[in-house]
This record gives sequence, structure tokens and C-alpha cells, in this order.
Amino acid sequence: MKQNLIIIGAGMATGRALETLLDADPDGWNVTLFNAEPRGNYNRIMLSPVLAGDKTYAEIETHSTQWYAQNGVTCRFGEKVAAIDRAAKTVTAQNGDVLRYDKLMLGTGSTPFMIPLPGHDLEGVIAYRDLEDTQRMMDLGPQNKCVVIGGGLLGLEAAAGMAARGVDVTVVHIMGHLMERQLDEAAGYLLRRALVDKGITVKCSANSKEILGVDGHVRALLLDDGTELPCDLLVMAVGIRPNVTLAQEAGLAVGRGIHVDDQMVTSDADVLAVGECVEHNGAVFGLVAPLYDQAKVAARTLLGEADAFKQKELSTKLKVTGCDLFSAGDFADGEGREDIVFRDPARGVYRRLVIENSAIIGAVMYGDTGDSNWFFGLIRDKTDITDMRDTLIFGPAYQGGTPQDPLAAVAALPRDAEICGCNGICKGQIEDAIAAGAGDLAAIKATTKASASCGTCTGLVEQVLAVTLGDDFVLPAAASICACTDMTHEDVRRMIKSQKLMSMPAVWQECGWKTSCGCHVCRPALNFYLLADWPLDYADDPQSRFINERKHANIQKDGTFSVVPRMWGGITTPDELRAIADAADKFAVPTVKVTGGQRIDLLGVKGEDLPAIWADLNAAGMVSGHAYSKGLRTVKTCVGTDHCRFGTQDSTGLGIKLEKTLWGHGRHIS
Amino acid sequence: MSDWIDIAALSDIPRRGARVVKTHLGCVAVFRTGADDVFALNNACPHKGGPLSEGIVHGNAVTCPLHNWVISLETGQAQGADEGQVATYPAQVKEGRILLDKSVLVSRTPA
Repeated sequence: MKQNLIIIGAGMATGRALETLLDADPDGWNVTLFNAEPRGNYNRIMLSPVLAGDKTYAEIETHSTQWYAQNGVTCRFGEKVAAIDRAAKTVTAQNGDVLRYDKLMLGTGSTPFMIPLPGHDLEGVIAYRDLEDTQRMMDLGPQNKCVVIGGGLLGLEAAAGMAARGVDVTVVHIMGHLMERQLDEAAGYLLRRALVDKGITVKCSANSKEILGVDGHVRALLLDDGTELPCDLLVMAVGIRPNVTLAQEAGLAVGRGIHVDDQMVTSDADVLAVGECVEHNGAVFGLVAPLYDQAKVAARTLLGEADAFKQKELSTKLKVTGCDLFSAGDFADGEGREDIVFRDPARGVYRRLVIENSAIIGAVMYGDTGDSNWFFGLIRDKTDITDMRDTLIFGPAYQGGTPQDPLAAVAALPRDAEICGCNGICKGQIEDAIAAGAGDLAAIKATTKASASCGTCTGLVEQVLAVTLGDDFVLPAAASICACTDMTHEDVRRMIKSQKLMSMPAVWQECGWKTSCGCHVCRPALNFYLLADWPLDYADDPQSRFINERKHANIQKDGTFSVVPRMWGGITTPDELRAIADAADKFAVPTVKVTGGQRIDLLGVKGEDLPAIWADLNAAGMVSGHAYSKGLRTVKTCVGTDHCRFGTQDSTGLGIKLEKTLWGHGRHIS
Repeated sequence: MSDWIDIAALSDIPRRGARVVKTHLGCVAVFRTGADDVFALNNACPHKGGPLSEGIVHGNAVTCPLHNWVISLETGQAQGADEGQVATYPAQVKEGRILLDKSVLVSRTPA
């Protein structure tokens, strides 16, 4: 006999609970899932990458329509629940339907807190909570201005996402520095500097007074010092409140959130609650890791298994490209607490550890967060750090005298070391998945969910794979450009842009090249990157180009060259053909060949004849076909409507247009 | 007895570039490094005879344009895993002019 389970809210917590429940007991439940948003469950923490354009909605959807259908879940998306009658064990939908439940799970989430400033109800004042809000922000462009109230995690992700779209963004924050709940003042300063570099205006210690409107639409934010900040959209990201209305009306015990015990059961034994709407031992929750823990416990409770939710230390990472930031634990100053601080403002690196009773109780890292998991482990396990205090701040690589192989550090982690914070996956679970046959990152993601949410632990998961599988696993390490450097192409490109490196010596210096002037592999790449990024400031270096590009011809095995004039879309004329024939005669070209790309190749031209043969071909109106370029070489065409019996479109004309639009050295096709 | 002949101005060769001196006994490639040192070598890679003068010069080495063998300009030795030797010739820069030793050039065997 199946039991009726009604779930209110299709969020990340109830989604995980449902998965766990149906995995263990696929046939025991008739599930009905209500959701106020007109869609199923998606990875809400990835809205910021969607806003920034790094991901699409399709990539962050966690449960598709097919998943719900396959698992027999009745979906009522876009529908709210009007009331719960606990005595009759029914819920009433907005449209009046009354549904019976055996068990009810509340996942009503939270509501963004809107500061009741005058004008907060104007059109164009939004929160940052769901896909609709994200879409409003994505609709803005370089012609728009936006004000974000709130310099916390969410507000800054919103601001950075819009700034990436070219929007003129101002962040207004009431406290003295950004992210004051996660960062101390020094790290807040570095973060602020990084955001200002992204073109975001940051106003701290700023009090909002009134939202000004025109014709019912937001026009500007007025601060209490009289400053007016014009805007087309105003985003309030000042915090969330558990959404308890429905539970309260149903007479459940409610404080800040819906009261639950360790089994996620509310004051009614048949009603459970999970996620941001709950209050457990006086705490409410906003990060995803504890929500997933709650979801697992709730599912076990429904299955009649014993489990208990325990609150754990939490860490935070900011998902803004180029701002690596990590904080965990308690980092307030206090009696009996000591600081260890590492500061390198030029590199934008800051680390602070707060020590109490010879253990780390808090950590703030900015700029280089590679060791954050190690520090987080020390906090969670309350490890005595007395013996490593001298070198503690430098991270695990400097413990024990010699720098440690990063793989050795991962190998040394205990089985219960947490690898994926979002999903609460420990090293042991990944090892078990590998033992059960998962051999690569995708398989680990699919079987354990490790690295499937925010993705910041991807590198660690790969290292666990490498350690466990040994030689069977080839770490897809980012290969460096060449032996002159340890940096990848991407690293170097980022440095060229961010550090405004405009010459090759500047790159060699700032990126720590190991050779005096590069090699045949890196120099052509650097020459191209510098030209691409600084076309006006950087002068092309012919000595860093391969011989073909210097001579506009292809070097052959005997040191002679081949010359290929361009024929736009494969169209030529008798005059052009005559000029090619004359050139072949004049320079005693031994081989004339039609290429696979609809052009004519003159093979065996001597290097010293190249300027003269090109002068003749140029005079006849022909330019190089770039048969050596890592760019557009040729566009092959059929004749199309001009001649073909079956032609339906002007394919030759299109080919010529494509070739004329895309040819040239600067526009490489990657 | 060396017999230095003036072949060109240093500035006739671009930095990290090369030029070729044609002789009856084959071509000699003259290289100018980023540090303005000058080297003269046979213009033929020991691998497949590629024209070294057309290669990319880096440090005191040149990469053959045919198959990327890297040849030391100082010793003429192929670098890394490749094995081979290119003949080298005395060269010097005096008052901005590049000088090659004619006596060595004429006494060599054809490349």
C-alpha cells in the first residue's frame, strides 16, 4: 500500500530528499510536488554563473521533466498551496483541490528581505532569488545603470554578474567593509579593490534613505547624505527570512523558522520540514551543505531509519570570476585569541588564521585559496597546531620541512575528510565509488555528486582519482605552454589582460619565464596574444612568427616554398590564370598543382624569388591565400543558383562573402 | 692565420634573426641573438637539411623550420633527444660590422 507524500516547494533541499527517498524505496510513495515557481528543481547557487553568462539555465537544471515522470512524481509547478489542515491531514491547493497526505514535507524556503524604504514597491525594485530575478538582470546591458543594496555574498555576485554584461553597477553597503559576516576588514579591502577593477562602484558605510521613482518605475536611490544614484533596476540583496507563513497558519511551532528536531520532524509527527525554512537548535540555514544533510536525514526518517541532523562548521566561497575568496569559522577578535596574518598586497594575497587554545578557529583567505580545504579540516577537527605554528600560514606544502607533492597531501587525507562541501561528500565515499568502477570525473559526479554543484572542488576530486587509481588515471592536468614556463595558455592570457602586459619582456618577467627569450613554441603564441589584446600598443614581432607567415609562402622539405594566391570562393578569371601562368614561367616553377581548396599552388619557388613573384601576382590583383595560417584559408563552394540545375541558393556568393569577412591574419579560428 | 672579411653591418640582421652568406662551397647562416651575439653555422640542419636561417632564434639556439630540431648556435649540437652536429665558423662583431674568417670558409669541405 503506497503512502501519499505531499511536498511543498521544489527546491534544492526537497529535491535531494526526494532523490534519496526514491532511490531507497522507489515503490512506496505517491508523491505530489507543489512549487510556486513554474518549474522544477534547479541548482539555485549557480544562478550567479548564469547571470554572468558562464552557464545556461539548462546546465543548472537538476531534475528534468523526464526525471519527475520516470519517478512517478505528480508535479504541480506554478501552483501555491493555500492551506494545510493537520487534523484532516489534507492540503488545499490554490485552485481548491483538496489532497490527502500520510506524510507532508515542507520546503517553503525563504523570502528575500526587502528593506521597507519609501519607494520599495516601485516597479524595477527586485530581490535576487529566482530565475525571474536573474532574467531581469540579464536583460540589462551597457546602456543601463543598476544599484545593488547589500555588499554580502549574494549582492556582490549579482553586481559582478551584471558588470560582466557591461552594466554600470553601484553596490551600496551599510557596513564599513564588504562581506563583513565572512571577511575581516583587510580582506574586505582587497575584495573591494578587485571589484573596483571590474568597473563596479562600491559605496560602504552608505545609508539608503529613499527609492525615487518616475511614473511608478524606479529612477534612483537616494542616500541619507543626499547622493542620488540613478538606476534602471534596483536589486535588494540584504538577507533572507525563512518562509514560515503556511506553517504558522497551520499551527506548527515556529520561531524564526519552522521548528524541527534532529530527525527534521516538526511539532506534528507527520509533517517534516527541510531547507531554508527550518530552525534547528536556534539556527537557521542559508548555505547548501547543511540543507543537503537535512534532506538526507528527512528521507531516512520517512523510510523509518534512524538518523540525526548535526550542525557542522561552515565555509563560504564567493563565486565571482577572478575573486578567490574563502572564509570559515569564527574570525572575530577576542580575548585569548591570536592572529597569524600573511599579506602580499602586490599579488593581492591575504591569509588570516585565528588561533584559540592552540587550535585554528577561523580562517579568511583571499587571492589564493588553494589550501582552503586543509585549513578547513584543521578547524573542523580542532587540530593542535603548536608543532607547525612556524610555517602554518604557508599551508600544507610547507609542513614537515620539504614542500609536499600535492598528491601526497591528498593521499594523506583521512577517509572522512570532506572533499565536496556543497554535497557533503567525503574522500571515503569517492574512494568507494572508484572501487565500484567509477574511473573518471564524470563518473564520480554521476555516482556521488561530488563536484556536481558549485564545482570548486573539481581539482581535489581529480587528485583523489589520481591517488586511488595510480597509473590508471591520467590527470587531465592543464599543460604548460612549453618548457619555458609552468603557466598554461589560459594563465598567460589572463596575466596579459589583468596585468596589462604589453610587451614580450614584460610577459617573461611577470610570468617568471625560465629562459631569456622564450622558444619557438611560446614566442609565436605570445606574439599572437599580445597583438590580440593590445592591437594599438603592441608592435608585431616578425622574428616570433614562423617562416611561412614571414614570407607568405609554405616552406617545403627542400627549403623551397609554395605560393598559393587567394581565389575568393574559388572564383577566378582568365586574367588571373594568365598572371599565374606567367609567374610560373618567369620563376621556373617546377610544379603547378590544383589544391583541395579550389586554388592553384605554385610549388618549388626559391626563397629569394618570393618578393618578386608576389609583386607580379599582387599587380594582377591577387593576395596570399594564407595556406599556412592558423586562420581562414579557403571557403569551398558549389556553384549554386547561377549555374546549377538543382541550385536553390547563391552558394558561391555566400562563400565569397564568408571569405571576405573572415580572412586575414588577426582573426584566428581556434 | 685568420683572414677576417667584413660581410655586413650588425644592424643588417634583425635581433633574433639570420641572414645567409652564399659561397661556392654552400650557404653559411649568420645569426644575431637577442643579446647581439653573432654566430655562423652551415645553413643545413643535420636532420633533413632544413634551412636553419629561416628558423626562430631563441637564446643561443635556433629551431629548424622543417621539424623543430633545436640547434645550439655556440656548438652546432642538436639539443634534447636529437643527435646531430652542424659545422660552426668563427664570427665576430667589430665596430658594428660582422666579420667572418675567410681562411676557414675556403678550407672547408662542401656542405
